[in-house]
Amino acid sequence: MTDKLTIEIDGRACEATPGEMIIAVADREGIVIPRFCYHQKLSIAANCRMCLVEAEQGGRPFPKPVPACATPVGNGMKVWTRSPKAIEAQQGTMEFLLINHPLDCPICDQGGECELQDVAMGYGDDVSRFVERKRVVKDEDLGPLIATEMTRCIHCTRCVRFCAEIAGVRELGATGRGEEVRIGTFVAHAVTHELSGNVIDLCPVGALTSKPYRFTARAWELTARDGIAPHDSVGSNLRLHVRGQRVMRVHPRDNEAVNETWIADRDRFSYAGLDSLDRLTAPLLKEDGVWRTVDWSEALTRVAERLKSADPAETGWLMAPNATLEECYLAARIARELGCPHIDHRLRQQDFRSDDADPLVPWLGLPIAELEVQRCVLLVGSDLRQEQPLLAHRLRKAVLDGAQMICINPIRLDLNHPARQIVGTPAAMIADLAAIAKRLGVSATGALKDCIAVSEPGDEHDMAADCLSRMGEQGRGLILLGALATAHPDFSLLKALAHAIAEASNCRIGYLPAAANSVGAYLAGAHPQRLPGARPTDQPGLSLGGMLAAPRRTLVLWGLEPDRDLGNPAGAMAAFDKADFVVACSAFRSPSLERVADVLLPIGAFAETSGTFVNAAGLWQRFQGAVPPPGEARPGWKVLRVLGNLLDLKGFDYRDGAQVRDELAALCADAVIDNAVRGEFPLTNGPTESALMRIGPVPIYALDPLVRRAPALQQMTMPGSAFGVYLHPDQAADLGLNAGDTVRLTQNEATATAQVILDDRVPMGCARIPSGVAGSEGLGDQIGPISLARLTESDTGERR
Amino acid sequence: MSFRNAPLAVSRDQDQSALFNAEIRAAIDALIAKYPPEWKQSAVMPALTLLQDSNGGWLTTELMDALAVYLDMPEVAVYEVATFYGMYDLTPQGRHKVCVCNSISCLLNGSEELIEHIEHKYGVKPGETTADGRFTFKEVECLGACRHAPAVLLDKTYHEKLSPESLDRLIDGLE
Ligand code: SF4
Ligand code: FES
Ligand code: FES
Repeated sequence: MTDKLTIEIDGRACEATPGEMIIAVADREGIVIPRFCYHQKLSIAANCRMCLVEAEQGGRPFPKPVPACATPVGNGMKVWTRSPKAIEAQQGTMEFLLINHPLDCPICDQGGECELQDVAMGYGDDVSRFVERKRVVKDEDLGPLIATEMTRCIHCTRCVRFCAEIAGVRELGATGRGEEVRIGTFVAHAVTHELSGNVIDLCPVGALTSKPYRFTARAWELTARDGIAPHDSVGSNLRLHVRGQRVMRVHPRDNEAVNETWIADRDRFSYAGLDSLDRLTAPLLKEDGVWRTVDWSEALTRVAERLKSADPAETGWLMAPNATLEECYLAARIARELGCPHIDHRLRQQDFRSDDADPLVPWLGLPIAELEVQRCVLLVGSDLRQEQPLLAHRLRKAVLDGAQMICINPIRLDLNHPARQIVGTPAAMIADLAAIAKRLGVSATGALKDCIAVSEPGDEHDMAADCLSRMGEQGRGLILLGALATAHPDFSLLKALAHAIAEASNCRIGYLPAAANSVGAYLAGAHPQRLPGARPTDQPGLSLGGMLAAPRRTLVLWGLEPDRDLGNPAGAMAAFDKADFVVACSAFRSPSLERVADVLLPIGAFAETSGTFVNAAGLWQRFQGAVPPPGEARPGWKVLRVLGNLLDLKGFDYRDGAQVRDELAALCADAVIDNAVRGEFPLTNGPTESALMRIGPVPIYALDPLVRRAPALQQMTMPGSAFGVYLHPDQAADLGLNAGDTVRLTQNEATATAQVILDDRVPMGCARIPSGVAGSEGLGDQIGPISLARLTESDTGERR
Repeated sequence: MSFRNAPLAVSRDQDQSALFNAEIRAAIDALIAKYPPEWKQSAVMPALTLLQDSNGGWLTTELMDALAVYLDMPEVAVYEVATFYGMYDLTPQGRHKVCVCNSISCLLNGSEELIEHIEHKYGVKPGETTADGRFTFKEVECLGACRHAPAVLLDKTYHEKLSPESLDRLIDGLE
């Protein structure tokens, strides 16, 4: 079946593979065949009939024109795409398609970039013979992201197939028949899938368009600039559509190795956060508690003086994991050249005990596309769809193709494919991994040995161990550690177990990096134990944990909001309050920054700076700024360059960002990224488990400052996103709580109040309380002991 | 991409043995058994017919949702089938259904006349039920009985080559 055959299209000989459709061959050869329903990534529906062509096989013509998207090639087949018969068929189809189409292009957002418009121009006749009344279709409300104008729909069913095949939720459907066909959800409910925005690109007409972008610009006014998504670790390739100095919308750019042709809604709609009213547009200095706008030279001179006079041993730098590679590198250089090794980007990690043993650059462990060919995946501590939507999509493909997925998590996930979910408290997660390790016959020493010895493997552990070792043998087994593993109080032990299991089963191990440039931050040296080039250092600095335990006198915060972006906001705020001098470089003002900082420096956000992100698979992706930063704000790397010069540091006379990158690239030339451990994981006993553990996943639209400011995304009601205490109904009953009760939450000194929400996806012994969202600022560790007390009405009364 | 994608199955944590009643479940199970196990969904059409007959001639959203659970299919996929075919009704119906074919052969052979006749004599438009609840009048697409057009489907029986008079006689026979 692999033999090639030859067909002829419009007189040109083309090579084809048996089973291929005519349209695929034509596309490869650059021969244009009009189409609406066909899409390379979706199954074939062949319902629009726009692709009709004339064909013959073995000298015998087909009796009527055939759909190129659904006609497999045969050796010696001849195809004519522009013969009189083909043209007549295409014109006929076009006339039918336009019968019920409103032709309201002047008021349609799709106008100017509409496949229907283009194909009608190219293949339609100039007048319609249809004089009867056209039908009108009632719109459906598909939520805050997708605007609908269903009268324009031509029933290609691309959106329906996308939802069923790619998103894995069959929410849209085509109901009715003939003229009565309607695309909709029938029983209306908003579409809440994390990839839903892709139907906007798929829809060939203006039936599904972007709601936030609606009526704000015309396609021909926009200039396209390339970009890289700044949120999850996929690094989706983007096309930013700019008018004047504003990003008007974001589209995907094809890259099979990274995002195929899709992007997550987070990458598509977060740009709106750039227009947030709390943008920082000028440097600010705090004097006697009052903020004063100053010019750059005054602000930077002040910062340089303070950094120079500060004791480097008592200074600390914290970088957001989506700061660019250039920013991380320059920051790491300045910090170390001033004698301060205390720099970190692992903002949501709690347990740093294994820093000495960690891989040099924890990464995904394989190219993204290879996720699809795995046959057994053990997912440890990750709400995958919320954390890394497009990696979840790749793994879904693997599962539909026959792979087994086993999840060990402190919450049950809403998955769109089958998986074996083992759900339990943080301590149970360890016991479950230990049980799998025991079944695999892992021989260990010390604490790990004890932990494995006491475990009691059950059926599900047997099954997991068996599957891992069978698929590991074939090189198709993978263990992944996600964000909930990173936030785990015993992350070291989890890692030790995961690596032991990987070794015993010959599986690969991968880390799901927290953000767009987590891998880059290791390479750039924004880590207390890595010099640029991810080289180990003999002068280790303090990790974030160390810096919170021994509060810094002088601090630099880069691109983060201390009460939202750190794993322990209350602890962080308390430590930062103790500092004498805090400089925060940020694109946004926020009350928590204004509270802790003494100087606020405005830097460009996503799309406003050039830079490089290194994605989960270690791919360096460079991008240019698409729009200038607002007001006085400047790209971050330039701010650091000037700061380096003011500090009289050598080698800070970079001409452009590319030079910064090239310098780092040279240092990284022999950096091997692999997930090999570099020593024994130190296994002291971790924090003890209490009666109730907080599980604090970061909801999909709370990941970073930009997403939190994108209005449309904030209107989405994603499961588990709203702040509250999610308890299993039985757990709530045990605690004497009901849905809607107000409770006070206490984690050591940290407190907050929240309402009880019942959710049977949360295991007993746990309370799911989201992090990074409004309401969570006063709390402590994302995962850790917590206690709840019901507030009676008089309590709440007193509090007011 | 190919034509053949396995049907999207959705399994829910709902107890399937609590749906409908034992008799209906057994009947649906017999239908399911006719298809390969992964094509359970193929039973959707006869199962809808069965449910409709057991519910006085029409389908409720609840019934369709329950069938979706029973056959592990997405709800919307059941709605798609139920809204596509003329033989399923989603609103309460009269005691009988008089379905007149409105497709080409029958139109040429006088079904328009039949339609007008019913509209005038019984005061119902297509889709409506007579005031006494005796029958619901429906216009349907080709019944596949073209050679003896015009054709009418009365409940589950075909009647061919009808005139307004012979149709009247049939309707008179309905209780
Ligand atoms: S809404 Fe758009 S994508 Fe969906 S069927 Fe209609 S035309 Fe096709
Ligand atoms: S593209 Fe071939 S029928 Fe639609
Ligand atoms: S046209 Fe009426 S039965 Fe075929």
